[in-house]
Amino acid sequence: MSGLEPLIYELSVPGRIAVNLPDCDVPESDLPTDLIRDEVELPEVSELQAVRHFVKLSQFNHAIDKGFYPLGSCTMKYNPKINEDMARLPGFANLHPGTDPEGAQGALALMYNLQNWLAEVSGFAGVSLVPAAGAQGEFAGILMIRKYHLDRGDEQRTKILVPNSAHGTNPATVTMAGMDVIELPSDDDGNVDLAALREACAGENASTIAGMMITVPSTLGLFERHIQEVIDTVHKAGGLMYMDGANMNALMGIVKPGELGFDVMHYNLHKTFSTPHGGGGPGSGAVGVAERLLDFMPGPVVQIVEEGNDDEAPLYGLVEPSKTIGRLKAFWGNFGMHIRAYAYIRVYGGTGLNEVSRHAVLNANYVRAKLADTYKVPYNRYCGHEFVIEARFKDADIHALDISKRLMDYGIHPPTNYFPLIVPEALLIEPTETEDKATLDEFIHAMKQIAKEIQDDPDMLHSAPHTTPVSRLDEVRAAKQLVLCCAPVLKGVEQ
Amino acid sequence: MSYIPHTEVEREQMLSAIGVTTIEDLFEAVPASNRFPRLDLPDPMSEMEVAAEMQAMAEANEHASDFALFRGAGAYHHFIPSAVNHILLRGEFYTAYTPYQPEMSQGTLQATFEYQSMMCALTGMDAANASHYDGATSLAEAVTMALEVKRHKRNKIILSHSINPQYRAVVRTYRQNSDLEIVGDEGTASVDDLLEMLDDNTAMFAVSYPNFFGQIEDLRQVAERVHAAGALFVVVTNPMALGLFKSPGELGADIVVGEGQSAGISLSYGGPYIGFFATRDKYVRKIAGRIIGETVDMDGKRAFVMTLRPREQDIRREKATSNICTNQGLMALSAAVYLSLMGKHGMRKVAELNYHKAHYAANQIDALDGYSVDQSKPFFNEFVVKCPRPVQEINDALIEQGIIGGYDLGQDYAHLQDHMLVCVTEMNSRDEIDMLVNVLREVE
Repeated sequence: MSGLEPLIYELSVPGRIAVNLPDCDVPESDLPTDLIRDEVELPEVSELQAVRHFVKLSQFNHAIDKGFYPLGSCTMKYNPKINEDMARLPGFANLHPGTDPEGAQGALALMYNLQNWLAEVSGFAGVSLVPAAGAQGEFAGILMIRKYHLDRGDEQRTKILVPNSAHGTNPATVTMAGMDVIELPSDDDGNVDLAALREACAGENASTIAGMMITVPSTLGLFERHIQEVIDTVHKAGGLMYMDGANMNALMGIVKPGELGFDVMHYNLHKTFSTPHGGGGPGSGAVGVAERLLDFMPGPVVQIVEEGNDDEAPLYGLVEPSKTIGRLKAFWGNFGMHIRAYAYIRVYGGTGLNEVSRHAVLNANYVRAKLADTYKVPYNRYCGHEFVIEARFKDADIHALDISKRLMDYGIHPPTNYFPLIVPEALLIEPTETEDKATLDEFIHAMKQIAKEIQDDPDMLHSAPHTTPVSRLDEVRAAKQLVLCCAPVLKGVEQ
Repeated sequence: MSYIPHTEVEREQMLSAIGVTTIEDLFEAVPASNRFPRLDLPDPMSEMEVAAEMQAMAEANEHASDFALFRGAGAYHHFIPSAVNHILLRGEFYTAYTPYQPEMSQGTLQATFEYQSMMCALTGMDAANASHYDGATSLAEAVTMALEVKRHKRNKIILSHSINPQYRAVVRTYRQNSDLEIVGDEGTASVDDLLEMLDDNTAMFAVSYPNFFGQIEDLRQVAERVHAAGALFVVVTNPMALGLFKSPGELGADIVVGEGQSAGISLSYGGPYIGFFATRDKYVRKIAGRIIGETVDMDGKRAFVMTLRPREQDIRREKATSNICTNQGLMALSAAVYLSLMGKHGMRKVAELNYHKAHYAANQIDALDGYSVDQSKPFFNEFVVKCPRPVQEINDALIEQGIIGGYDLGQDYAHLQDHMLVCVTEMNSRDEIDMLVNVLREVE
């Protein structure tokens, strides 16, 4: 079967070697022959073959560096190049995580400052940089909430309220933490249904509520109009408030979640703070907490262990919070991502981060306003950094997927489709602040052209995309006839 | 300013299209009393200034370009061919996201499929996922999977104390609100002792290969005993060691997990690294996280796509077994490029270099007065040295001579006070090793 590019194994030629290693400069020792394996079934290619192979593969990707990528909820903003250079400085890239803290003061100072800056952006008392991704930040947050209640003897508080518009990670996190989800409906304006919330927190229910997870702005891209009432209702029931910070790009210098009363929140450094998405990670999911959760943070966190003075810098150390939920991963978090976020915040400063959010919201509202006459915008009011449209048309058999696929022919990555779940045929559009007006106008034009095509030639959309390296895939076959690794390796296993 | 491209004229045009006069008008739904707080952060800086500040911070660290490094304990200094970094810096790779739209993501998808294939080759397993966060979380996910495979009818796991202490701590963090019984790792139980703990409530049995002390334990009889008890056999391993030693698959493992950092990923003070996760065909549908599969497009052309999606959190929500979505994608690419370049011969050779250099160092140190090396079992590139003085004192003396000494095992193991875990890789020249030995001799 031919594809776009052979598999690396298909390029392999027996005996070919890419990397020359030095000769052994010490006397050789005997190998324990009964524990030694036969050959490892890895490819045998030259360096040029490997480079061409992976460069060719790269060219089959769409990416921010190539074009517009309005993938809602993912904040596909420009990833500044200086970030990459800083992460590759030998003093960072070749720093062993087990280095004594005295020998890692530069790295620890960076983490200490980043903790403080993130805390300031969101109005929290402290930040832990440990979680490896947003989902792990959520997990940390829910474990903290649970441990906080247990510490107070509130063992019966096991329920977490989650709106039905939430990211899938929210309910999955609750289950993973060994707790129970109570799903809340949304009202006609896309806000949390306050009556349902009050009922869930009323009477005897109150004593079982551990907390609530909510995204701000919501996954519809909307600022919750009753956010203060939501927070107060849950707090009154004795629960804690978790904010999913995936949409923080709309909030910097706009409002501080900590000041609204949130108790804990995760940041996605790979969304708001420009660290690259890497084709699916690495992310970085720092958590910020209010005073009452400080002792429960996942450790270690960086603290000053010896105050400095005019002549000497302070001494930074890695410290475990006294009632910590425990270790979430090895070492101290995805430090390479901390470096990039540090560089980003340093470039912008406080006023600049505020401009980021203002322009992210400006861009989203501009596109929303321009598309509202062509597509149904189910909650057509000022949005945050993203908005959702309903890709449904009277008398046309067209789905969100068809529009997504057709957009590719215009050189644009589709918006997030079929999320949030409460909007039928949803397309969630997030332009980000780094796109200029001309790019937004091209997108608007493409969407309007597609609306015309839906009337004129819907079949052309059904078979889209037409210009991508491959056409639509047989996803059923992929799941039914599972092929998860390539032939020479499979054969190796069978032997 | 900075990375925001708008001109004043464009801003005005956009505001007028929206029908407002200022950007502030767009925030009317935000509670007025909390709207527009000041951010008390340092002033903005130019790229030049940021680079200068950060270079100074980087140089304040004692790093492996300036120091001879003999510390491992879960993170290893290895040679990374230049081509790896050049591929990682392709914007087409690192500025893309999760390949939700396969028609525009074949590069990431095929590279990840190749990564999965190479991890299968190294581990001797049938299928690998696209990655977990690191070795520790991949072990925690193995626990979840083992409990799922046993349909939660078994409620005990056995962990060896010689699995990385941080990994075991993460397993406990993940299971803190469950009643799972975790046994085996709080003393010094040998593999044979651990096998005695198997019973019909045991869901999994996990050991490390090489273990945290660098030793390669003989696991050939283990699988049979574990399987006879109806439990899953989980092996925590390291791709570098698998260039030389029998694959866990050959030893009968059911799940193979570990830290993939030694396959082409820089130290970076502990991350980002990559957790690999591989298993047998029959358990594939229980794997958490993203998996790439092969299929065809409408024209019959081979292509790749994320598959078995209904397991995942965005579809299954509260019924998903893990909340993972973003993983360590770019690190999987890094490992794929590294393993392609090293290839069949390079992985064997680099693993042998590690083995020989570590053994040379161990022999030299063992010959010193006051020091002894535990050579009771075969080892790979790390070994345990009993020292005549506290490890911290020795390391303080070493750092004066430009050497970062071994890991102080006393911080994790009460019975290993004054024991140092020394790591030697292909990066350590004979001169460096001799220098280490000389300084150790002097601090005796």
